[in-house]
Amino acid sequence: MTGTATLAAQANGFLSPSGVEVAFLLVGLVTLGAAVVTVTTKQLVHAALWLVAALGGLAVEYLLLTAEFIAWVQVLIYVGSVVVLLLFGLMLTKAPIGRSPDADSAHRWPALGVAVAAAAALVWVVVDAFRTTWIDLDGAPQGTTKVSGEILFRHWVLPFEALSVLLLAALVGAIVLSRRKNEER
Amino acid sequence: MHLVYAAVLAALLFCVGLYGVLARRNAILVLMSVELMLNAVNLNLVAFDVWLRDTLHAGQALTLFTIAIAAAEIGIGLAIVLLVYRNRGTADIDRLRDLRDDAPDTDTDTERADREEKAEAAA
Repeated sequence: MTGTATLAAQANGFLSPSGVEVAFLLVGLVTLGAAVVTVTTKQLVHAALWLVAALGGLAVEYLLLTAEFIAWVQVLIYVGSVVVLLLFGLMLTKAPIGRSPDADSAHRWPALGVAVAAAAALVWVVVDAFRTTWIDLDGAPQGTTKVSGEILFRHWVLPFEALSVLLLAALVGAIVLSRRKNEER
Repeated sequence: MHLVYAAVLAALLFCVGLYGVLARRNAILVLMSVELMLNAVNLNLVAFDVWLRDTLHAGQALTLFTIAIAAAEIGIGLAIVLLVYRNRGTADIDRLRDLRDDAPDTDTDTERADREEKAEAAA
């Protein structure tokens, strides 16, 4: 195991990271920090705005991984609509502006313990499994919009159509749920 | 690029979302944490798709499907949260414990009769 690790390190420069790696690490730190602030801040509206930072950072990561189309879909769907929906939800449930002391529930410390244990286990397993694996980002990009479109409409047409039916069902369900039932009687 | 960077970032983001789901009280903040967990999975899918150079691009197609399902989930989830808020006046998930097994009998009779009337009217 150590032999292969050394070989791989020699082939790819273990201690001299490429520019893409440095950019990925820095953006990853920003993303992780924004995510942590999202789940810990006491101001509810700020949590939604930090979520924008985390999701935008993930879009940059997709760009660095040459998944161009996914990155723009991420920006359009998540930053453009999901966060706006969440902000609407916060306003419609009359979320307090400013600090709300009861944003976290009483069992915060057990939750922290579970999360830290899960993080330790996952990171240990992942690092142990993939520490000698390199992504080859040179050559033809894996996720240009042209390639994604061709693949999506050639090999993944049936799931795509099923997904549109699912979205329609969700739309109808949301309308049925939020209609006021008392007024029409 | 080292695959471990993307995989570790995804694992950490997932655990941050897990903490949020367990520790937050407001239902909308719980939905935000669920979004973080889904995004961690998406990052994993994209990274492994790029690593494997999959000819079917299964990882990226699945990422797009996950994003669409997450959008549907957030729409339905927010509708449910708003409905709960309209009926109960709170979006605090710690106080929604009607289905608890050993729930203390806090409802007065008039409230329960009122709710039964509403249920009959709805049915």
